[in-house]
Amino acid sequence: MNIGVFVCHCGSNIAGTVDTVAVAKAALAYPEVVFATDTMYACSEPGQAGIIEAVQKYELDGVVVASCTPRMHEATFRRTVERAGLNRYMFEMANIREHVSWIGKDKDANTNKAAELVHIAVEKLRRNTELTAGEFTINKRVMVIGGGVAGIQAALDCADGGLEVVLVEREPSIGGKMSKLDKTFPTVDCSSCILGPRMVDIAQNPNITLYTLSEVESVDGFVGNFDVKVRRKAAYVDWTLCTGCGECAAKCPSKKTPDRFNEFIGKTTAINIPFPQAIPKKASINAAACLMLTKGKCGACVKACPAGAIQFKQEDEIVTEQVGAVIVATGYDLFDFTQYGEYGGGRYPDVITSMQYERLLSASGPTEGHIKRPSDGKEPKDIVFIQCVGSRDKSIGRPYCSGFCCMYTAKQTILTKDHLPESQSYVFYMDIRSPGKGYDEFIRRAMEEYGARYIRGRVSAIQPKNGRYLIKGVNTLMGDQVEIEADLVVLAVGAEAAKGAPQLAEKLRISYDTYGFYMEGHPKLKPVETNTAGIYLAGSCQGPKDIPSSVAQGGAAASKVLGLFSKDKLASDPQVSSVSLQRCIGCAKCQSVCPFGAIEMTQFRGMTKASVIATVCQGCGNCTSACPQGAIQLSHFTDNQILAEVHALCPY
Amino acid sequence: MSRRYAYYPGCSGQGTSREYDSSTRAMCQELGFELIDIPDWNCCGSTPAHAVDHLLSASLVARNLAIAEDMDVEGIVTPCPSCLKNLKTSQHRMLRPEFHQEVQRVLGRAVRADLPIKSVLQVLVEDRGIGWIAQQATAPLTGLKVVPYYGCIMNRPPDVMRFDDPENPMALDNLLTAIGAEVLPFALKTDCCGASLGTTRRDVVARLSGRVLDAAAAAGADAIVTACPLCQMNLDMRQAQINKANGSSHRLPVFYYSQLIMLATGQQGERVGLDKLCVSPFSLLESLGPQAGEVRS
Amino acid sequence: MSVLEGKELRIIGFLCNWCSYGGADTAGVGRFTQPTDLRIIKLPCTGRINPLFVVRAFLNGADGVLVSGCHPRDCHYTAGNFYARRRLEVLRSLLPVMGIEPARFEYTWVSASEGQRWRTVVQKFTEQIHGLGPIPAFKSGTCLEACLGTAI
Repeated sequence: MNIGVFVCHCGSNIAGTVDTVAVAKAALAYPEVVFATDTMYACSEPGQAGIIEAVQKYELDGVVVASCTPRMHEATFRRTVERAGLNRYMFEMANIREHVSWIGKDKDANTNKAAELVHIAVEKLRRNTELTAGEFTINKRVMVIGGGVAGIQAALDCADGGLEVVLVEREPSIGGKMSKLDKTFPTVDCSSCILGPRMVDIAQNPNITLYTLSEVESVDGFVGNFDVKVRRKAAYVDWTLCTGCGECAAKCPSKKTPDRFNEFIGKTTAINIPFPQAIPKKASINAAACLMLTKGKCGACVKACPAGAIQFKQEDEIVTEQVGAVIVATGYDLFDFTQYGEYGGGRYPDVITSMQYERLLSASGPTEGHIKRPSDGKEPKDIVFIQCVGSRDKSIGRPYCSGFCCMYTAKQTILTKDHLPESQSYVFYMDIRSPGKGYDEFIRRAMEEYGARYIRGRVSAIQPKNGRYLIKGVNTLMGDQVEIEADLVVLAVGAEAAKGAPQLAEKLRISYDTYGFYMEGHPKLKPVETNTAGIYLAGSCQGPKDIPSSVAQGGAAASKVLGLFSKDKLASDPQVSSVSLQRCIGCAKCQSVCPFGAIEMTQFRGMTKASVIATVCQGCGNCTSACPQGAIQLSHFTDNQILAEVHALCPY
Repeated sequence: MSRRYAYYPGCSGQGTSREYDSSTRAMCQELGFELIDIPDWNCCGSTPAHAVDHLLSASLVARNLAIAEDMDVEGIVTPCPSCLKNLKTSQHRMLRPEFHQEVQRVLGRAVRADLPIKSVLQVLVEDRGIGWIAQQATAPLTGLKVVPYYGCIMNRPPDVMRFDDPENPMALDNLLTAIGAEVLPFALKTDCCGASLGTTRRDVVARLSGRVLDAAAAAGADAIVTACPLCQMNLDMRQAQINKANGSSHRLPVFYYSQLIMLATGQQGERVGLDKLCVSPFSLLESLGPQAGEVRS
Repeated sequence: MSVLEGKELRIIGFLCNWCSYGGADTAGVGRFTQPTDLRIIKLPCTGRINPLFVVRAFLNGADGVLVSGCHPRDCHYTAGNFYARRRLEVLRSLLPVMGIEPARFEYTWVSASEGQRWRTVVQKFTEQIHGLGPIPAFKSGTCLEACLGTAI
């Protein structure tokens, strides 16, 4: 093999603390290196031309570039060697910038280290083989999990792009958190007025199949060819017959059923349509509250239903959908503030969450838009808002900022003043975080035009006092203690990962962080991708987000899917494992450790052998470590290659 | 089954809260706890020591811990939350090896600092259980309306004290309910009484303790029950001062919980020390019925 | 080529591509100065590490071996680092049997964003290895050498 080595100066980035000429010289001594040179900018146009020229002139079979991290330019140089007529995998990089020149001060030591890193790259390259990407066909359907605003946007964009879309939503209606909001910041426009039409679009788009009251049961397959099982939970109502007339709810005697949609402020019936604009507008029965399903007697809804849609014997149904990509838009849930003892731990009826307050503000809410205290139905006069409840607090395991609470709190103070002109709002905040178009101006409006009193500091206790509440806190700007008597306390509860998010992540084989938020492929460059090919993220499942960002991500995820599906076939990464049939003893250890189900046991001349499904294999090499025979080897990270690198560094 | 604990009485128990000390000892005797005084114990340093020098404070504490470690006991108990906080905080600080060594150097001897340290209230609730204590209440305090007042440091900081809920503790509530008293909801149960500011800033104590008294009266309580010598002193001894400063007219007896347990188990007399309370509880107790009324004689 | 005589010791790092290699890059981008002893071998995942690689490095004269991967639960491949942890724990308990001081081997988790943490890890580990000094040479042809030769 003829190997060429190119040692990059990177201007002075490398050459400043590494003697690149000496490294190139040292490289010439390594086995099979027939050409070595230093170059000013290897990645530049002349730099790449130099590589191509050398490949042709010296008949090189492989190239080592010693420059920056492969995370930066590996793809660039693979294309370069391909243009030079080599296989793109006959290339290795030595990272002598991030791992050498930028972290070491001693030029001698750096130069020596750089030369050694070139040595291991050469030893690895000597054992590389030419790899060719395979091709496979893709199923151009997409599943969107989660019907909040991000999922709605993604589904509509995909459908408009001509894709068949399957939208899966856990709740009986799509709309997500946004459908519960009264108004949105910073424009104070009506939430359901802007979301409603989009929800209707979902229902009417012929390209979209909508499964509500459904959850993803399992996910098999890989990019282009996923098999997703969806559990359609029993609604106890035949939705093909239900017309959404609401007669059933009017007659249901279980009128004290906890109202999930209204955040448990107010009651609903056991059979109900969660809210007037629900999509689909179909009734479903809360089995735990239904007299018929719990006690076996009632049936008022059966008598009331003009369509004969009630079916108490309905059972969950599993449907399987074949899709080529999945967009996850499962959103967030609200922090359970009851773990804050100082806010009463849930013991005080008039200490409510911001989302509950939103339902009080909403004209379609339990109070029809009149702000009334849950305890006695009276209009509050003084209202205290406490921000960062479950955000930026290490002591309860929520060190992150939820991002949108500053804004919605300001919105709520404005709406409060609109509803109750005589009222006075107080806001306890830690810092105001309002980076967004028109956001900071909005906060100032709340303060200056709507007279919300902002107090920088935390609240130490809420105590009931003569039918009102005494809020004790600190004003850190004045360095003083403050006490405010209020009728209602609204806690700006932070966002946390949706319930069941980690379980869904395991099904999808995507990563999630400590808090249960899904991990994007790269924090900057792959914001809606995941590290599992074909699975994309949108909205707050990736981290707390406001509506504009969620919509933007929904659109971005959809465009990624449309991009993916713009090809008829996909290329598979050839750096995958493969099995030596002679060595394999069929023990299936590799199968048991494979995180991706990429290994199947097959019969070969009557013997059990492992076989790698190349399109499923992600190239982690766990199987190679587990194999007692060394029979399964990960291309370009074989035992021999790694040992050769060890030998290069430790020659004894 | 008797349980052996090293007993750290604390300085207050020798002076302003003798009745807490004596009723605690008597209560433990009745309920089967063997308290053995730490021989030649010394002051924990109280607020002044730890306010100026953690090493001094920890060394004062560590001497007591070291002596207790030579005793055959399962832990150290103290009735006083302030002592408890100093003992536990110093123990907590000594988890840092460098600090631990420094304390041993000052002390001139080794100390493991690993004996469990608990309040008497905690061992009562945890070792014996509320149900068991309810069975011992042969003379339940039926009709006595009380609010429990834990003070601010019995359960805080939670990482160090590791007992009950720091914001809404229930140990005293449950205990008092178990001995027949009617326990009223009390939002100020962990508020500060003003503590040692009673000597330097009487106005602060008048304000803070005044609130506690106001809230207790507003809740409809006949009496306040505490587990802290300093809280008790501020609420009881200074009640007249507070009334004067705030223009209020409270006459709320402030019991130690140990006194009420003694009464509920049919004990009385000098060890209970009801006569040591500044706001006399006798007319209140008499109003409850003949059985409780007898305690006076 | 070998390490600079007298200045450096031979320290080998096996790093996963997704987290720790990125963390080392982040440290570089942040110009967090580190000792120069460490040589990094990039692997896709710590799950790719056969513990015998580590042993081979020691037998061939490495003075220290550092393994670093994604934090538990953050593995790019979902669970590779959990497998690695089990394998490396077993390895660690066996090192004394082979006559290798366990302190010469360490594994840790560093994410791609933890450049500062990576620097600390490298500094501490390098210091630790310098404290132990060069590894005593293994005699070739020993039983261990032979066993290992068969194993890998």
